[in-house]
Amino acid sequence: MTNDSLISIHDLKVYFRSNSEHARAVDGVSFEVRREETICLVGESGCGKTVSALSILGLIPTPPGEIAGGQILFADQNLLELNEADMQKIRGNHIAMVFQEPLTSLNPVFTIGDQIGEAISIHKKLEAEAVRENCIQLLTDVGISSPAQRLKDYPHQLSGGQRQRVMIAMALACDPDLIIADEPTTALDVTVQAQILQLFRSIQKIRSMSVLYITHDLGVVANIADRVYVMYAGIITEHGNTAQIFHDARHPYTQGLLASLPSRSKRGTRLHSIPGAVPNPAHKPGGCPFHPRCPYAIPTCSKEYPQMCDYGQGHLARCPVLFEGGG
Amino acid sequence: MLSFIGRSIVQKIITLFFVSIVSFLIIHLAPGKPSQVDPMNPKFTPEVVERFRKEFHLDKPLHVQYLYFYQDFFTGKTVSWKDNQSVLKKIWERFLNSLPLFIVGTIITWTLSFPIGIRSAIFRGRLYDRSATFISYLLISIPGFFFAYILIIFVVTQFHVPVIGMETFGIGETSMPHIFMDRIWHLLLPSVLGATGGIAVLSRYVRSQMLEVEGQDYIRTARAKGLPPEQVHYKHALRNALLPFVTMFGLILPGLIGGSVIIESIFSWPGMGRMAYEAILARDYPVILTVNFVSAVLVLIGTFISDILYLMVDPRIRL
Amino acid sequence: MMNIEEKTFNQDFQFQVPLAPKQTRLQAFWFLFKQNRLAIVGLFIFILFFCSALIGLFLTSGPEPIFDPAMIRLQEKLRPPLAKPNLDSLRPEEVPTLDFYLMGTDDLGRDVFARMLQGAWVSLTVGFVAVGIAVLIGIFMGGIAGYFGQYHIKIDHILLTFILVSGAGLVAVKLIHFGALLLLLGLGHILYSILTKKRSREKAVSSWSAFLSKNAVSVDTLIMRIVDIMLCFPSFFLILTVVALLPASIYNIMIVIGLTSWMGTTRFVRAEFLSLREQDFVAAVKALGVSNFRIIFRHMMPNAVAPVLVSATIGIATAILTEAGLSFLGFGVPPPHATWGNILSDGKRFIFDAPWLTFIPGIAILIVVLSFNLFGEGLRDTLNPRLRERH
Repeated sequence: MTNDSLISIHDLKVYFRSNSEHARAVDGVSFEVRREETICLVGESGCGKTVSALSILGLIPTPPGEIAGGQILFADQNLLELNEADMQKIRGNHIAMVFQEPLTSLNPVFTIGDQIGEAISIHKKLEAEAVRENCIQLLTDVGISSPAQRLKDYPHQLSGGQRQRVMIAMALACDPDLIIADEPTTALDVTVQAQILQLFRSIQKIRSMSVLYITHDLGVVANIADRVYVMYAGIITEHGNTAQIFHDARHPYTQGLLASLPSRSKRGTRLHSIPGAVPNPAHKPGGCPFHPRCPYAIPTCSKEYPQMCDYGQGHLARCPVLFEGGG
Repeated sequence: MLSFIGRSIVQKIITLFFVSIVSFLIIHLAPGKPSQVDPMNPKFTPEVVERFRKEFHLDKPLHVQYLYFYQDFFTGKTVSWKDNQSVLKKIWERFLNSLPLFIVGTIITWTLSFPIGIRSAIFRGRLYDRSATFISYLLISIPGFFFAYILIIFVVTQFHVPVIGMETFGIGETSMPHIFMDRIWHLLLPSVLGATGGIAVLSRYVRSQMLEVEGQDYIRTARAKGLPPEQVHYKHALRNALLPFVTMFGLILPGLIGGSVIIESIFSWPGMGRMAYEAILARDYPVILTVNFVSAVLVLIGTFISDILYLMVDPRIRL
Repeated sequence: MMNIEEKTFNQDFQFQVPLAPKQTRLQAFWFLFKQNRLAIVGLFIFILFFCSALIGLFLTSGPEPIFDPAMIRLQEKLRPPLAKPNLDSLRPEEVPTLDFYLMGTDDLGRDVFARMLQGAWVSLTVGFVAVGIAVLIGIFMGGIAGYFGQYHIKIDHILLTFILVSGAGLVAVKLIHFGALLLLLGLGHILYSILTKKRSREKAVSSWSAFLSKNAVSVDTLIMRIVDIMLCFPSFFLILTVVALLPASIYNIMIVIGLTSWMGTTRFVRAEFLSLREQDFVAAVKALGVSNFRIIFRHMMPNAVAPVLVSATIGIATAILTEAGLSFLGFGVPPPHATWGNILSDGKRFIFDAPWLTFIPGIAILIVVLSFNLFGEGLRDTLNPRLRERH
């Protein structure tokens, strides 16, 4: 792939074993994040977005989880082959993560100063005073007012938006190359959402880092992404830049997602919805996992696993039916 | 905060009042009479019984007896029916005997169950956890008196030291270190026995509390920051898991009286439990009632302390 | 972009959507439970114990029992387990049924195996009856506190209860006339208020009756205070006191253990009911006009039963231990009848000469209590959905 690739994931497979059932949460996912770009991983809940992200940091609980195959290449090393001690040097330092629920993701019994400073002192080995100054700077960067006083606050004393800003400050603490943001705005109010998104955009520009943004919200995608990967039931179904995905979607699932977006132009018409439900990861349909819900499905869809079809300029979609039909 | 304390104290006093009524009723309404006033007892003539009844107000209606009893109790004048000694003084002496048992037992319990429970949670599902779990169940299930005899047989046959009583009979003449060692040997078995159940229950509780916390999102955050596992477990997880245990410091107070009856009677240890047992056998109502009342007070003080501690350690609770 | 609306419904073939295999709740439960090997062992021992206690009851009771636990053979005292009896010195009816002493004999030459069989039944019934009483009281109190907790007890209710109770009390202490008067007064008031229930709503209330119908305390507070009061008693000491004061009998032990151990169940049931009551399915059933009784027993109880079941199983273990402790201290079942606790208690004097008298009942109690504890913990792990996800 291209030279400026920061991290690339090849054919990642993550399975969960429970009660002798095999849930194939991530089933052969490949994607890459380049330097200084924002990638969006889009899909319904339960499609394997979060699991993919957690496996980059080696945070999948094993058991019940199990990385069944693939590679995660970061700085010429396969993260899946690193031992725990080396992985700790990557986490927080080179790759940081922001989670969905800022309230439960912050430890309730430590002050936010403790929690931000911890990452700095672990990775950079600074003096306490330097750590403190660093923390204040970080809080200022993420837009928290009177940061020096805030350092002594406990998470429950902050508002939802402020907590998420603290989480972001924590992720920024060691100037990582990549920030993984797992639905960071889902638990927030709409107005706060917009502010956080704005914050992500400006941080990404100022610090020239890459962001892997995970969301189910196409509105957010349109707002922030350079390139988009669409996931369904543990596989990537479509990939393209933001314009390609929004104006020239080639996979029936992406088309369905876009059609179900409410918009002003569709006012008064019935809102589209994709029939059926997301398959149970332990009992996925054979062939193309989307076929039971797909309007274009033909009998071969239930038998053959669909290949990626190249539409040029990096636009790929996993639907041979539409590709051969002349799309 | 102050209003919380005030409300809590008032509530506890009301509870105590009802406890005193209930225990008084249980004892006085139960069939049978104390041996001193039992007409069937050949040791006492009817005149003696009559004098006794008068002296201890047993000829009055129940509610008057109740008032007399608690008037005596609060002025410290309650006396045992058996030997006419002051009940409070008796209890205090026995309390001092029970105290070393209680302290050693508590120390053993708390210092063992925490490391065991935490390690079990961290290595959950592994051999260490599974064997710790099984041994805990074994310790919870074994009848205390049976375990006591197993230990007595073991210690007596292996180490040839006497363990019954507080010290070996007639040891007074020997040297200080010898007496000291003798006391330690006598103290060890009953306190280990008193601790076994506690270790099992507490370590299970620590384990489940740790497991609960280890599944929380902030543990994932801590790991995502790149913290080494020791810091994740012993700083982030343990600090949260410890919260409920701080409150348990208050709840161990009632253990001063509670479960030591059987152990103290096996080891002939002249402590509170044994005194209570003897009082029950002799139907010595004032002693039974006082022990009951004191232990209720301890329970209430214990819960009060634990409420206050909880307020102090959990930053989320502000009154 | 294509027009999806047009193409959506023109499929002429149907795809099969694979579903997770259907399981009843019981099947799913059994599947999970099976994986806990210790719990399975617990269940197995529990069934074994149950059967042997039942069979033991038949074999050791009646005028001519097959195994006679009370048969005294002084010349055969303290024989070790599996010893052959000395047939010369025994009369024919004294020869043990098995022709040898499976578990030895005690200091009176009684067959320990027969006594153990008899004691098994005692342990079993004490465990089940005591916990049965505790669970019934617990569910009743907890259910009321959880479901009707927000209702208030009014001052006239308290006055009425006071009048009735003191009336009954006076009758009990032989002041029959005055007591009966008070009872009649109370009952009359109840009758009157039932008859005038409808009309009183419309009447203007005087200040006196307004005072009477003032809220004094909520049902929930009242019940939880009672629980607090009960928890203030040191439980073993309380049981010991009451059992010592009452005439010695196995039923008294069951009742006393039951009456002093219902508080845990009450708290569980109350907590479950409080959270269930707020849930949508209860609101939905209420909206359908279903009676309170039916809501409680048909819709809420099945959801609250899991923690009760778990605490009951572990409660049985505790009750068996408590009974053994009481027997050991010499209270409870009067002497000729064997219990595991008093076999051990009698045997402790011969601990060095006849260790089996201590070890056989001790290990039996240990195994049975252990099986209940393991089974109960297995139930808890299986029934607790939060733990289920984690393993």
